[in-house]
Amino acid sequence: MKLTLKIWRQPSQNVKGKFETYSLDNVSEHMSFLEMLDVLNEKLSFEQKVPIAFEHDCREGICGTCSLVINGQPHGPLQGTTTCQLHMRNFKDGETIVIEPYRASAFPVLKDLSVDRGALDRIIQAGGFISVSTGQAQDANAIPIEKDVASHAFDAATCIGCGACVAACPNSSAMLFTSAKVAHLALLPQGKVEAQKRVLNMVRQMDLENFGNCSNITACEAECPKGISVSNIALMNREFLSASFSSNDAN
Amino acid sequence: MDNLNLNGNVPSGDLSDKWTKYRSTLPLVAPNNKLKIEIIVVGTGLAGASAAATLGELGYLVKCYTFHDSPRRAHSIAAQGGINAAKNYRNDGDSVFRLFYDTIKGGDYRSREANVYRLAEVSTSIIDQAVAQGVPFAREYGGLLDNRSFGGVQVSRTFYARGQTGQQLLLGAYQSLSRQIALGNVKMFTRHEMIELVVKDGKARGIIARNLLTGELEKHGAHAVVLATGGYGNVFYLSTNAMNCNVTAAMRAVAKGAFMANPCFTQIHPTCIPQMGEYQSKLTLMSESLRNDGRVWVPAKKEDAKAIRDGVKTALDIPETDRDYFLERRYPAFGNLVPRDVASRAAKTACDEGNGIVPTGLGVFLDFSAAIERYGKSKANILGLSNPSNAKVIELGEKVIEEKYGNLFEMYEKISGENPYKFPMKIYPAVHYTMGGLWVDYNLMTNVPGLFSIGESNFSDHGANRLGASALMQGLADGYFVLPYTIGTFLSEDISTPKLDVNAPEFTAAADLAKQRIDKLFAIKGKQSAESFHRRLGKIIWEYCGMSRTAEGLTLARQQVRALRDEFYADLYLPGVANDLNPELEKALRVADFIDLGEIMVVDALDRNESCGGHFREEYQTPDGEALRRDDEYAYVSAWEFKGADQDPILHKEMLHFDNVELKTRSYK
Ligand SMILES: Cc1cc2nc3c(=O)[nH]c(=O)nc-3n(C[C@H](O)[C@H](O)[C@H](O)COP(=O)(O)OP(=O)(O)OC[C@H]3O[C@@H](n4cnc5c(N)ncnc54)[C@H](O)[C@@H]3O)c2cc1C
Ligand code: SF4
Ligand code: FES
Repeated sequence: MKLTLKIWRQPSQNVKGKFETYSLDNVSEHMSFLEMLDVLNEKLSFEQKVPIAFEHDCREGICGTCSLVINGQPHGPLQGTTTCQLHMRNFKDGETIVIEPYRASAFPVLKDLSVDRGALDRIIQAGGFISVSTGQAQDANAIPIEKDVASHAFDAATCIGCGACVAACPNSSAMLFTSAKVAHLALLPQGKVEAQKRVLNMVRQMDLENFGNCSNITACEAECPKGISVSNIALMNREFLSASFSSNDAN
Repeated sequence: MDNLNLNGNVPSGDLSDKWTKYRSTLPLVAPNNKLKIEIIVVGTGLAGASAAATLGELGYLVKCYTFHDSPRRAHSIAAQGGINAAKNYRNDGDSVFRLFYDTIKGGDYRSREANVYRLAEVSTSIIDQAVAQGVPFAREYGGLLDNRSFGGVQVSRTFYARGQTGQQLLLGAYQSLSRQIALGNVKMFTRHEMIELVVKDGKARGIIARNLLTGELEKHGAHAVVLATGGYGNVFYLSTNAMNCNVTAAMRAVAKGAFMANPCFTQIHPTCIPQMGEYQSKLTLMSESLRNDGRVWVPAKKEDAKAIRDGVKTALDIPETDRDYFLERRYPAFGNLVPRDVASRAAKTACDEGNGIVPTGLGVFLDFSAAIERYGKSKANILGLSNPSNAKVIELGEKVIEEKYGNLFEMYEKISGENPYKFPMKIYPAVHYTMGGLWVDYNLMTNVPGLFSIGESNFSDHGANRLGASALMQGLADGYFVLPYTIGTFLSEDISTPKLDVNAPEFTAAADLAKQRIDKLFAIKGKQSAESFHRRLGKIIWEYCGMSRTAEGLTLARQQVRALRDEFYADLYLPGVANDLNPELEKALRVADFIDLGEIMVVDALDRNESCGGHFREEYQTPDGEALRRDDEYAYVSAWEFKGADQDPILHKEMLHFDNVELKTRSYK
């Protein structure tokens, strides 16, 4: 197939960017989207031009490194699919594809299509853990956990930290990401002990990082490649409210 | 040759209480001294994250580095199938000794007994630790932890979290690391790539890290350096490893005198999605757990295989009697659950004989129809359906399979465009794991004092072949339960060493060296991209140092790798500049190190005139095509000292002694 690509080029964080247009022939429908970009980059290299910077690693939808907004959608048109798992058979011959970085003030563009998502790490550092040091654990089967509860916690724990929810949200809110971790840990007996402190600290960090507020648009859920449910946001709100009433300080 | 014999520093005493005794006599570093001791940990995979978190908890000043934008992205995240532990929760006769024995045997008797026993021993604590962190392992209806079995063993000791065990374990370690970062015990440097090791007075004392955003070459000092930098499978270009996995940290250490052990021991995993085209950038694993329920076969008749390759027939057109379930036929005792090396070679043989089922000829079927029927019937029984229709049975059976492997089936369908519930999966072996790595002693210290190596980056526990679900176990054993103690043997002698001065001449020299390497690459101004050299290197290594090897092929491969190196330094095109975010420069530096490693691998494979585990030399096989080990001459670890790209590396041997197991010919028949 033959494609026209409009790709955001930005030399660095403090320099203004703009779209550049490229055309690419001989794209196989079996290629993944990122392999298509590899081919373009190899071509640019061959023409002694600077290749396009984009982020990726596992290329199997699990590391959360790939990003991209493709034709206006984070991770492209296919539901439940990361950019790296998207294949060219989902596009039409002759199509023009617009590729841009995530847009959110908490995710500054570093170069071309790469953005800085360090804010998500700092939210986890604020409380997204259970405080147990190595060697302190009791036998793993000492606390039975109901299969359904474990499975529910698991669903929340599958978040890959890609940030598509933020990019999808008109307010650039990180509620889906944050609530997924809050829910994962709050649902498990091991995580309940610190639940109040955790939610207060994580929400506070989220606000400090300049993410927007949630206004229940649920675009995050629609674009999340892992199908993280907005019901986690409801759970987090409940946890937050009850924690705010019963605890006067978090740290 | 005595001076070339290496000592693993294994403590004396009985195998079963060696570690406990040793650990309780290890020199300790007092809490007030820990506060003055800095440790560099490079890597945030299972090994690095668990080590950095634990060292931070113990009170050391830890500095941790990753080239990723976040510690959570390390390649460990992609592990699917599970993690072994000798918990014996199934009551099926498992024990520490059995896990030890299976690992030694699975590794074809090329690993160090004491290390493997320790690994089996601490395996149980890993599960406890992970559960306490909130890792949502699979559970049974009674609320207790579930297990599955994995290739090469006859007990169910594998703990799993759907098909995302690595992800959940890594997030557990990452969260513990995050806690230490927040407490200020660990300072995290993301988007930093170690590109040089600093050795001062014979001890590892720091690293030069390239800040990947600015290109700055930063000097970082510490009392000890721990490499947790993963495996080198990407030397083959196409592998199941993440795109950015590389061997630079290890090769930079090798350039400073660390030995590379058993580099030719690489693992080819039997169940991966076959290669489709030239543009392909990586291969995707289908977890080994699928072999619990999938049956591997090819058409028995060559004309059927050809008809399938040509798209005239599908798997469903081949009647049961015309199928060759070659693993079940050749290995009746273990059937589809033989170890990886055995399964991979058998698939290769089937395809070499002309029975492959994908257009390239390199693919076999992994078929779930029998399992779907079996589970469907049993489910119907549970639901009390008498005489269920065939369609109902299949519907119920597919549900069970979906519950067990749903995400893997989905991943397969996304990549291949085929529905694996209806048509058998097409699979072929692909490079997956590297047993070889930096040589370390019982303390996990390399031959360079103060330089440690943990996780896949060291050579330690898996011998010539790793059993499924044992890499996660080893990474976390090293990081949580071994290194944090054994590092004390080195550090206790260093409590009076002051903070390292990064303006010392050794640091400046190392930074200059790194800068020279970068400048040299930019100065070439040739025509070919780093990627294209990488692809060509991979082809050479796969062809001659892959699933089967010969002296003749390896000799040729060495010449080709050398010629490729010359061409690389004469015709590389490197766009952009050094002091900027420049993924092409990152790649070029990594490819340069892969080329040097590639040559050492080939030399190692040539030296080892036997077949064992993943290393199959065609000259050494039994009449029925099984690997022929030669214990009399090759029961050693080969540890290579690098003398520069233009010279022959020097072989050091660590002789292996087996006091607790009898060396047997592995048989899975
Ligand atoms: C697809 C797949 C599935 C697998 N499934 C299983 C399984 O089910 N069970 C099992 O037991 N094993 C499995 N394995 C193997 C297992 O995942 C790995 O062996 C293990 O995770 C390696 O962990 P590690 O911590 O040693 O290294 P990695 O997780 O590879 O981490 C390496 C770290 O080092 C960093 N790094 C490397 N070089 C540098 C440098 N120069 N400078 C700075 N940072 C650097 C990286 O950024 C990264 O953080 C699987 C492997 C693959 C490929
Ligand atoms: S919630 Fe979904 S979209 Fe948001 S970071 Fe997690 S996986 Fe990505
Ligand atoms: S590259 Fe890992 S999720 Fe896409």
